[in-house]
Amino acid sequence: MANKKYWQSFGELHNSEAHQENVQNEFREELPFEDLEGKGLLDAKTPRRDFLKYLGFSTAAAAVAASCETPVKKAIPYLNKPAEITPGVANYYATTFVSGGEVIPVVAKVRDGRPIKIEGNDLSSITKGGTTPRVQASVLDLYDTARLRYPLHDGKEVSSLEAFDKMVSEALAGLGGAPVVLLTSTITSPSTKQIITEFLAKYPGGRHVQYDSISYSGLLLANEAAYGKRAFPAYQLEKAKVVVGLGADFLGTWLNPLEQQKGYTQGRKINEANPEMSKHYQFESMLSMTGANADERFTHRPSETGAIALSLLNAVNGQGVSVSDAKLKAGIEKVAKDLLANKGAAVVMCGSNDVNIQVVVNAINEAIGANGTVLNWAAPSQTRQGVDSEFAKLVDDMNAGSVGALLIWDANPAYDYADAEKFIAAVKKVKVSVSFNEKMDETTELCKYVLPANNYLESWGDAEPKAGYISLMQPTISPLFKTRQLQDTLLTWTGNKTAYHDYFNTFWAAKVGGQAAYLKALQDGVIEPAAAVSGTAYNGAKVAEATAAINSTKKGGKIELVLYEKVSMGDGKQANNPWLQEMPDPITRITWDNYAIISPSLGKELFGIDVLNATASDTYDVEMTKPMATVKVGNKEVTIPTIIVPGIQANTIAIAVGYGRSENIGKAVKHYDGSKLGQNVFGFATVNNGNVVYAASDVTITDAKKIYKLAQTQTHASYEGRREVVKEVTLESFKKNPKQIWEARDKELAPFGGLAEYEKQGTIYPHYDRPGIKWGMSIDLNSCYGCGACVVACTAENNVAVVGKSEVLRAHEMHWLRIDRYFSGNAADADSIQTLFQPMLCQHCDNAPCENVCPVAATNHSSEGLNQMTYNRCIGTRYCANNCPYKVRRFNWADYTGADSFPDNQKNTGGLGDVGHLDGSVLMMNDELTRMVLNPDVTVRSRGVIEKCSFCVQRLQEGKLKAKKENRTLTDNDAKTACQQACAADAIVFGNANNTESQISKTRQDNKNRMFFTLEQLHVLPNVNYLAKVRNTDVVLGVKAEEEEGHEEHKAEKKEAAHS
Amino acid sequence: MNYQSRIAKTSIFSILLLLVISFQNLKAQDGKALFQANCASCHAVNKVLTGPALAGIEERVPDKKLLHDWIRNNAKVLASGNKYFNDLKAAYNNTPMSTFEALSDADIDAILKYVSTPVKEEAKTTPTGGEGEEKGSDNSLLFGILSLILAVITLILLQVNSNLKKLSDDKEGVPAYEPVPFYRNKTYITLFMLVLFVIGGYYIIQGAIGLGRNKNYQPEQPIFYSHKVHAGTNQINCLYCHGGAQLGKQANIPSLNICMNCHMAINEYSDKSEKLYREDGTEVNGTAEIQKLYSYTGWDPKQRKYANEPKPIEWVRIHNLPDHVYFNHSQHVVAGKQACQTCHGEIQKENEVYQFADLSMGWCINCHRETKVQFTNNKFYSIYEKFHEQMKDSIKNKDGEMVANPHKLDSITVETIGGTECQKCHY
Repeated sequence: MANKKYWQSFGELHNSEAHQENVQNEFREELPFEDLEGKGLLDAKTPRRDFLKYLGFSTAAAAVAASCETPVKKAIPYLNKPAEITPGVANYYATTFVSGGEVIPVVAKVRDGRPIKIEGNDLSSITKGGTTPRVQASVLDLYDTARLRYPLHDGKEVSSLEAFDKMVSEALAGLGGAPVVLLTSTITSPSTKQIITEFLAKYPGGRHVQYDSISYSGLLLANEAAYGKRAFPAYQLEKAKVVVGLGADFLGTWLNPLEQQKGYTQGRKINEANPEMSKHYQFESMLSMTGANADERFTHRPSETGAIALSLLNAVNGQGVSVSDAKLKAGIEKVAKDLLANKGAAVVMCGSNDVNIQVVVNAINEAIGANGTVLNWAAPSQTRQGVDSEFAKLVDDMNAGSVGALLIWDANPAYDYADAEKFIAAVKKVKVSVSFNEKMDETTELCKYVLPANNYLESWGDAEPKAGYISLMQPTISPLFKTRQLQDTLLTWTGNKTAYHDYFNTFWAAKVGGQAAYLKALQDGVIEPAAAVSGTAYNGAKVAEATAAINSTKKGGKIELVLYEKVSMGDGKQANNPWLQEMPDPITRITWDNYAIISPSLGKELFGIDVLNATASDTYDVEMTKPMATVKVGNKEVTIPTIIVPGIQANTIAIAVGYGRSENIGKAVKHYDGSKLGQNVFGFATVNNGNVVYAASDVTITDAKKIYKLAQTQTHASYEGRREVVKEVTLESFKKNPKQIWEARDKELAPFGGLAEYEKQGTIYPHYDRPGIKWGMSIDLNSCYGCGACVVACTAENNVAVVGKSEVLRAHEMHWLRIDRYFSGNAADADSIQTLFQPMLCQHCDNAPCENVCPVAATNHSSEGLNQMTYNRCIGTRYCANNCPYKVRRFNWADYTGADSFPDNQKNTGGLGDVGHLDGSVLMMNDELTRMVLNPDVTVRSRGVIEKCSFCVQRLQEGKLKAKKENRTLTDNDAKTACQQACAADAIVFGNANNTESQISKTRQDNKNRMFFTLEQLHVLPNVNYLAKVRNTDVVLGVKAEEEEGHEEHKAEKKEAAHS
Repeated sequence: MNYQSRIAKTSIFSILLLLVISFQNLKAQDGKALFQANCASCHAVNKVLTGPALAGIEERVPDKKLLHDWIRNNAKVLASGNKYFNDLKAAYNNTPMSTFEALSDADIDAILKYVSTPVKEEAKTTPTGGEGEEKGSDNSLLFGILSLILAVITLILLQVNSNLKKLSDDKEGVPAYEPVPFYRNKTYITLFMLVLFVIGGYYIIQGAIGLGRNKNYQPEQPIFYSHKVHAGTNQINCLYCHGGAQLGKQANIPSLNICMNCHMAINEYSDKSEKLYREDGTEVNGTAEIQKLYSYTGWDPKQRKYANEPKPIEWVRIHNLPDHVYFNHSQHVVAGKQACQTCHGEIQKENEVYQFADLSMGWCINCHRETKVQFTNNKFYSIYEKFHEQMKDSIKNKDGEMVANPHKLDSITVETIGGTECQKCHY
């Protein structure tokens, strides 16, 4: 095991003074005692008499409030209770999350008629029960206060749906034959497609145009050219020994990330008896989440993507590599060699939307035998169908006045089209414009008629993510507002009196063979054919043409730009979702905003901030204020904050799309003072050969001489200089000496009798046994990609409060589970940066330091090994948080949830300037409507108490009860934590460690050599263990420089352990 | 005091024990009890209720196996297309019948035997359980008066003492201090303040602890619903209406369709021998109360259909737990096998329900300390090997010989397996 140096921030890398000061304090802000300096108590701002006054008042107020009579509560039973509902018992319905072309089969948990949690559907062979952060958060969108609540005409409410229908059908009748165009996002639903065909048949000349907010038309057209199908193959990464990403964030956002994550994980799980894993190379311009998980990374300019693809093709065909950069050239040659050595078990994925590049990538995949092996064409995927040229033609037609009516559903080109101005102007020329979008978004604002559609949790429907693989949707709640789903509207306007539910029923009953089979399918949620693998005929005719086009590509300017999607925000459709906004980005760890990511060298050049130099960058990442820059592409420019991140190509800047939404879509896209959060940069996308490419090769960036506060969480919880929190090995060294981690642990604990005796000898406290259950968790760092699905799942399950940007700035975020990101390598060399993610949550220490410092015993240990937190006992001393070595305890600084008895507690305006406000997004979370998402089994915490991960104790109790009621022992399936269930990569294993047959026991037994406990030397005896990351690389970086220091640290830690 | 409370405790315990036994004791062959527990809510022997009268059922359905199948799982019989039963269901408004998979052949035979025996007027059944004498006579007044008298005597003695001292001092010529009246004597004032503080503090703290506790809360309900009539006289199983108690957190007040299962047929309260009275002594007209139910449900008893606009009943909730407490009925009823009466008192004797327990944390904890879990009966607890070992009569000693277990545990209480830990109820 190498003594690598890991750092979370530049300050930690250099151990700067500001950083040292920062890590000393668990709570950053000073207590407001400054006024007292040099003055007597009576002269201070809050003198003794005031104190007594407040004391008297609050005692009196409490007495008055408490002595009021107990309110009379009513209990109102159903008149006629539906058979399947028992109040207090949750029902689960299989349905499907559909957003744009994305299709994810899910199961919705419905308590007392309200959907409160989304889980993946285990029956789906595509996603196998996995979820993404956006799926987890989607249940909150149902209760979005900014949803449109009734149909509108010219911005005014229309009294009823019937009146609206009449109005629109009159308008459509008056078009005089001008064509009707239906503009939607990708539709994979077979029944909806049939309805659209029937509808368009009624309006001759009409057409259906599909538009994707993030376009894949380059890939679609390239696949059509090469394979004759305008579709995508399934990328079966479990069959690949070599996985090459070319600017494709295939674990986070590219194409079908869940399916790809599942396969990738399967190919990289370590079996200690025979350690083998696939090798992942990534070529990219910025540090993407996928790149962060790569074994080897090579950075390049965005404009070089084509040249790299071409060189790789030449190399696998045995020709020379023409890239000039020596490092890249060596990299390409190495990758080509590896690809050829693993013919038939290798694949290249490219994220570019340039059709020529994708044609070349298809040629590479053909040359390395991916077609029919890793690329499965047996059931092609159609999750994106939009072709940019068709949409461009529609915009031209609209501008020419040759479109009579435009009906828009689930598409928002006025916000996310590269040339949004042109689209906006075009809509104004259309006589009848109707929007079915759920909110008053940028496009809906332009439309004359608005008929909001239902949320997916209120709808019937179906989706076909892959040919033959069906996922059905059923409503989990009646529509909350006067809305109607698109299919019903189209049926009505076609003159078909059938309700969509009946239409859908007939449609599927006919396909699956009867009503019983239909009901079964609805219950399962998915209909799947037998799995098959096949390739398809390849046609390389276009390669020569593409090669020529790439070779003639203009060289980029000095600075280049890439646009990317954040795994949390995506295209920005769910921007008004505070759970997603507050989820830190995997790489930058920034919440609530977008920003320009720049390299350390660019930071020095632009702002004179030299993060590579210890003294010059002292406070850079301790302070929240960051310099702003003006980025200009062509005639468009935005002024945006910057953040310096290692691992990005030196002259490339990267900005996330999905921000800067219209304020009409809700309070979560605004600061507390009403200004916009983030900037919309979709306009920076360029059009190349008719396809929208999310990069720009000629960009100017200048210092805007302004500053901006970015709410970054990475520096909030630090280990006070303790370094041994993560462990990793390379595959080679692991094979050579599998026991190295075990040996290092044993050596470290040798003074206490080594690993075997440590538990008893390392302490003066008595040993307690756990007679029945002992809960334990294991987290595999090799399978954690940092996506954050667990973070959002935890938030949803445990009613974790949203605190808003201004509170995150003060390090007050409430997440029970955070994913720490560690860098290692040379900060000046982007290619050398290696990243490691570590989910950190309460470790439920059996010898917990937090427990013995609580003066009121509000936190103590259970006989099942849980570190319990009792909110109603907590008096808020925060001693426990100070004493927690993992920094996982969270304090409710304000009344974030509205749980306090005194409503004015939320108006925290005590003259604190711009701090102390609760953002609009926090107040939005307290709306009566939004509160419907709360889990009724978990207490909503009020101000002044500490909270932390409970291992989802409500689920554990429910699971135990289920087993007791069924008179049997507990199984692994009875109790799963929310994070475990959400994780698509199965990185988290949880269960009863006392049961030798349980998954957790087996995981610990089978991975003895990789297993470790974080900060084990403190003898806190955590119940959460980690499995070390294994990197499939022979490159070990930064060893020599750290060797010395590493040894010293080791000694220091031992000393510390001896003391504790 | 102690002795009496022990008597009270023992008597309460024995009542509960009897109740538990009476509710568990529905052994086979007790046809009447089985009938009342399972069938009586929809069927009578000689009267049409929700379902048909059951007398003569064996003549109507001679096929015994079919009849058994029907009783156990009627849905299967209906699905098989049996004409008689399908017609029967149609004749009774297609009201679905519950399934009774748990009944054994012997149970069903016992029920059938019971319904086929000619009914003779039976003596009115009174629920099992002796009269509980809960009232411990109150001695506190006596003690109070005694203490007061003693305190006054002490004061007088002190005063006398000081007067005598003064007299003797005068005699011996010791210069006397200016006499201070007792109400300005600092010792007295201090003593008085101390006593005031202790007594005042005690009451304030008692008052504060009692906030939000509503033992004996007995509000007036929109309908005079008598548990005594339903659960007592008519022996309807608690779970028939409060089925939620075995499924989840809430026992649930039944929805009105459950009431109407019986009250479609029962439209009058005709028990003249046992009149209904409110707590304040006023008589209640049972038939009028049933009419109230009809007005809520919109049922028109003349037309025999739901003719009017229904409206939900707003019952006043009696048992309220604070939001930060998690309580699950099914945990106690199904896993713990507790009788409803343990926490709700002798509900089958109450015309108007009141809160029997104070629902305080101390009350919960006490019960968890004393109650034994179904340790050997429930396979879930097989994982507690250590305790199972400790419950054995004999164990192996060091030499491998079997000896009597010196620390034998008789039973495992809820507390032993962690039932008093915070996160069993607060999360």
